Amino acid sequence: MSVLVIAEHDGKQLKPGTTNTVTAAAKIGGDITMLVVGHKCAEAAQVAAKIAGVKKVLLADAPQYAGSGAENMAALVLTIAGDYGHILAPATGFGKNFMPRLAALLDAQQISDISAVVSADTFVRPIYAGNVMATVQSADKVKVITVRATGFDAAAEGGSAAVENLAAGPDTGLSRFIGQELSKSDRPELTAARIIVSGGRGMGSGENFKILEALADKLGAAVGASRAAVDSGFVPNDYQVGQTGKIVAPELYIAIGISGAIQHLAGMKDSKVIIAINKDPEAPIFAVADYWLVDDLFKAVPELTQQL
Amino acid sequence: MKVLVTVKRVIDPYVKVRVKSDGTGVETANVKMAMNPFCEIAVEQAVRMKEAGVVTEIVAVSIGAPQCQETLRTAMAMGADRGILVETGTVDMQPLAVAKLVKAIIDKEQPKLVIMGKQAIDDDSNQAGQMVSALLGWPQSAFTSAIAVNGDSADVTREIDGGLEKLTIKLPAVVTTDLRLNEPRYVTLPNIMKAKKKPLEVLKPEALGVDITPRLKTLKVEEPPKRSAGVKVADVAELVAKLRNEARVI
Ligand SMILES: Cc1cc2nc3c(=O)[nH]c(=O)nc-3n(C[C@H](O)[C@H](O)[C@H](O)COP(=O)(O)OP(=O)(O)OC[C@H]3O[C@@H](n4cnc5c(N)ncnc54)[C@H](O)[C@@H]3O)c2cc1C
Ligand SMILES: Nc1ncnc2c1ncn2[C@@H]1O[C@H](COP(=O)(O)O)[C@@H](O)[C@H]1O
Repeated sequence: MSVLVIAEHDGKQLKPGTTNTVTAAAKIGGDITMLVVGHKCAEAAQVAAKIAGVKKVLLADAPQYAGSGAENMAALVLTIAGDYGHILAPATGFGKNFMPRLAALLDAQQISDISAVVSADTFVRPIYAGNVMATVQSADKVKVITVRATGFDAAAEGGSAAVENLAAGPDTGLSRFIGQELSKSDRPELTAARIIVSGGRGMGSGENFKILEALADKLGAAVGASRAAVDSGFVPNDYQVGQTGKIVAPELYIAIGISGAIQHLAGMKDSKVIIAINKDPEAPIFAVADYWLVDDLFKAVPELTQQL
Repeated sequence: MKVLVTVKRVIDPYVKVRVKSDGTGVETANVKMAMNPFCEIAVEQAVRMKEAGVVTEIVAVSIGAPQCQETLRTAMAMGADRGILVETGTVDMQPLAVAKLVKAIIDKEQPKLVIMGKQAIDDDSNQAGQMVSALLGWPQSAFTSAIAVNGDSADVTREIDGGLEKLTIKLPAVVTTDLRLNEPRYVTLPNIMKAKKKPLEVLKPEALGVDITPRLKTLKVEEPPKRSAGVKVADVAELVAKLRNEARVI
């Protein structure tokens, strides 16, 4: 049986997570087809064709696929689903939106957020904010799966798949895309960054995030945040790391003024090296930190930036 | 307009869960339970819309053990008008079966808007709302942080990975809540008393004609590998030295 991987992209490049999903597909086995859906996204299809292990790329390019419309996306994938035994997408805001819709239309129980492939029908997935790992076996004919990127390496380049056009599916007309407000930043994306500097409520204000950004710039790092920092309006929502935010596993994660609630740990505890700076010697974040410093962040962070 | 909200009973989000020694599941005996936080946000949203005069009736639905009645009473104390419990006993309820049951109730109740949590914090599936809307052929707005109803459509703002997305969806529709949609109210004692008198219907899945047999078999559950203990550094200079010479990540 073949495996279908649905690519997340910005029209030109694949988003981080898609290549990790290809690696998960390769572990399942079988030929891998990549589906690229969007409006004016032929360039992304060419990038997809170069990923090692991808046999074929299907490109569905139509105005109705601007925006993330789950209804049209699910309706399109449904037209080709019969050719595949497994359908995979990254477990990001993109995949989480339309994949369950597709699964329901296929009468399949989706397997969310897998972090390991045991066999073609058995997978490991975190539950309870990553405090428990469940091994689950699916009896469904087609397995609809979202993939936790941090569980798999990114697939390398080196493929030369053919790109075929796929006719657009039905336009359900159920929802109308008005627009997106994307936060702009020159820093690396959180889910792709090698180093992340994250701030919590202890930062005190959005203005104070400047000292953290100075450190991030010195390290070429992405900037993340706890939910408390987002809810307090210090930074935009897409900075949030955790159970309900982004799941990250960089080489180095620096948690500053973050207490370490289980919901935050859920999003970062698989990082290779964790540093925590907190003035409270009892902060739970220290339990997962490799190196921890008990100090006032307003003193320690500028010092750290300066010494690096 | 009538709104339907779903409320799941889960282990309290601030309780540390423990895996049973035989690896078949997590310990639930004598563990504090609560309404799933995203469902609280769903109820709060419906109540605010009722207070604003947009909504006339709020029906809360829960699926699971008889104790879910408590969760429904909490929803009613927050402001839901009545509750429906689908009693499924000890069956492991997975999102597809939940979605089919919710759809069956929607077919009977005919709400114009369905508000669900984006994710249950026990199974972390993040599926049921999208599935309900698929089964009905309705529009969906998952991970919603703002909603304004305008006659036969709703303007919604969704949280996406890079920021925010705005859509206009036709009603009826299914909306799932993100954390920043609202901050749920606390229930007051007088409202808890009032909720005791509100109607609560109990149904069986068979009565709704839904097969709830789990599709996923849980082979085992275990704790993730623990991180080895770290070290406390005395100052920034020691931290930098450790990073350079020991961790070698910078
Ligand atoms: C359903 C649900 C989902 C959630 N999802 C997420 C999620 O995805 N991500 C997430 O992060 N949270 C999430 N949360 C919230 C989580 O429970 C915590 O409330 C949140 O992570 C706390 O953020 P914080 O550590 O920044 O704030 P706090 O817990 O208030 O900690 C602030 C820390 O800063 C320290 N500090 C203060 N001033 C200084 C200073 N000058 N110098 C040094 N240290 C200082 C304090 O000692 C303290 O440890 C969720 C909660 C629920 C219920
Ligand atoms: N057993 C249940 N009873 C009531 N609502 C549920 C149940 N399971 C899931 N839901 C709803 O569906 C949402 C998503 O759940 P899930 O797909 O399991 O993450 C939850 O936030 C609830 O609103």
